[in-house]
Amino acid sequence: MKALVSVKRVVDFNVRIQVKPDGSGVVTDGVKHAMNPFDEIAMEEAVRLKEKGKITEIIAVTIGGAKCEETLRTALAFGADRAVHVKEEGEVQPLTAARALAAVVKKESPLLVLLGKQAIDDDNGQTGQMLAALLDCAQATFASKVEVDGNKAKVTREIDAGLETLEIDLPAVVTTDLRLNEPRYLKLPDIMKAKKKPIEPVSLADLGVEVAPAVKHLKTTNPPVRGKGVVVKTVDELVAALKQKGLIS
Amino acid sequence: MSKILIVAQHSGGKLNAGTAKALACAQKIGGDIEIAVFATDGSSVAAEAAKLGGVKTVVQVDNPANDHGLAAVLAPQIAELAKSRGASHVLAAGSTFGKDLLPRVAALLGVPQVSDIMLVHAPNKFDRPTYAGNAVVTVETSASPVVATVRQASFQAAAAGGSAAIEKVSTSAKLPTHTRFVSIEAQKSERPDLQSAGRVVSGGRAFGSSDNFKLLYALADKLGAGVGASRAAVDSGYVPNDMQVGQTGKIIAPELYVAIGISGAIQHLAGIKDARTIVAINKDAEAPIFEVADIGLVGDLFQILPELTQKL
Ligand SMILES: Cc1cc2nc3c(=O)[nH]c(=O)nc-3n(C[C@H](O)[C@H](O)[C@H](O)COP(=O)(O)OP(=O)(O)OC[C@H]3O[C@@H](n4cnc5c(N)ncnc54)[C@H](O)[C@@H]3O)c2cc1C
Ligand SMILES: Nc1ncnc2c1ncn2[C@@H]1O[C@H](COP(=O)(O)O)[C@@H](O)[C@H]1O
Repeated sequence: MKALVSVKRVVDFNVRIQVKPDGSGVVTDGVKHAMNPFDEIAMEEAVRLKEKGKITEIIAVTIGGAKCEETLRTALAFGADRAVHVKEEGEVQPLTAARALAAVVKKESPLLVLLGKQAIDDDNGQTGQMLAALLDCAQATFASKVEVDGNKAKVTREIDAGLETLEIDLPAVVTTDLRLNEPRYLKLPDIMKAKKKPIEPVSLADLGVEVAPAVKHLKTTNPPVRGKGVVVKTVDELVAALKQKGLIS
Repeated sequence: MSKILIVAQHSGGKLNAGTAKALACAQKIGGDIEIAVFATDGSSVAAEAAKLGGVKTVVQVDNPANDHGLAAVLAPQIAELAKSRGASHVLAAGSTFGKDLLPRVAALLGVPQVSDIMLVHAPNKFDRPTYAGNAVVTVETSASPVVATVRQASFQAAAAGGSAAIEKVSTSAKLPTHTRFVSIEAQKSERPDLQSAGRVVSGGRAFGSSDNFKLLYALADKLGAGVGASRAAVDSGYVPNDMQVGQTGKIIAPELYVAIGISGAIQHLAGIKDARTIVAINKDAEAPIFEVADIGLVGDLFQILPELTQKL
């Protein structure tokens, strides 16, 4: 029983990004990158499922340029057994990523496909749902609990109203939310071991995947800045300031 | 001319507030607007949707399988409807419902999806936030239909005042049975809904326990405010997940936002950028929350909060 986990290389969540003055995007050169945090959670969940004996092999997949190999190495250090690197130097939007993942899924026939609920660079939050549509299988997005039982799973989802639990038939697509688990710290021996694990390079063409129609990015701008605020010293001053702004009577 | 199909979100026989916000976005796009209601019996929701301003038709799709609004069940019906109604646009609120559903619809239609429209430039040209709202991208799509979610904090709910025709429709899409609803654990609260409240007070890790959050609830009740929280407060189990505000929680736009014992991480700020006035209370004068606060007060929340609640 395999689990497939998709992992994306993104600008580290701690970085304060800068918009390029010419509006062509954000500065990514020389900026710290890392595995998308939601994908770390997906990797951790796969490893825990393997530890529980629910699955026997973990395959990590990424779609992107040469630099994404470091993200696959991280996935291998987490505990993936092997990796597939779908090499594409151009921009990869969710529908293309979903098509590539669907092609890999068809080759590998995993029981479970785990993705992050969103990549924190483009904040699209689409790929998992698109993949499930292409595979015509169940999806459980924003998961905070996953219980695999044979060829079924019970998944608790974080939704606006609270927590929803679904039962899904496997194979299925699950996307992770923050509270699914806390990813482990990677230990040096695991990082060393990861260097020897196999990464299979493939191209979109090898997979028979065409780049999907894309959304064009015309320009990138800074959000409006907020005006400078005031600092008050006491609760009385705070109450007075709120009154002055007409926020309380 | 555009022909816009909005997927209604509803629960307990009532329309969710996000639908009127998606409608406001549709009105900016311009054209004929239809609202689709999927339910076991959508009569009451359809009647409510028909009263919204500027809606031409409400399409009511009744089917017991539509109970609970499962994405895998709704998506093929929406894809079919988009074709049969000749929709140029398919929209839904950027709630967890819309975010779960519309990418699946887009993939069935073979088109890309636009997430979180915050501004309409033209029927196929929009602004949307990326990098936790720290970069705004103007996007253009030549796909048809345009499938998009609407960032709720960017639009005022469209006004009522319409009387749209209600049309009952059935679809022939084959519906999957691989996904089954089990249960929902919804928080019941007498307080205003976080996403539509005019005032919101939020607490962070500094509260230290769910018991201490009572201090915040007392302030909220004095202000008639909704209550939010940082991720750290939710992760620590002080409050339930539906209270999380931020990049990966709820994005809100109240008149007044009061952040208490919250440091102001970029992921948290992403959720409050549209608040009219931000008040920060934090014992650390260097906390990043003060960089965005309109009014800041440096001090210990355990002293400030009771005093503030009493003086309001
Ligand atoms: C992928 C990802 C997504 C995320 N999404 C979100 C999100 O949607 N929403 C979100 O909020 N976070 C999110 N986070 C987490 C975010 O990065 C921060 O870790 C989190 O917001 C911190 O919460 P906090 O401010 O309550 O805690 P801390 O950062 O620990 O801040 C606590 C603050 O309380 C102050 N304080 C302590 N004691 C007192 C006292 N007695 N009186 C007054 N002040 C006091 C401290 O000075 C400090 O500033 C996300 C992180 C990642 C990686
Ligand atoms: N290029 C990619 N390579 C690998 N995984 C991806 C890629 N793009 C998206 N994903 C996966 O899809 C999830 C959601 O991404 P998105 O839809 O872009 O927000 C991510 O957390 C990843 O798991």
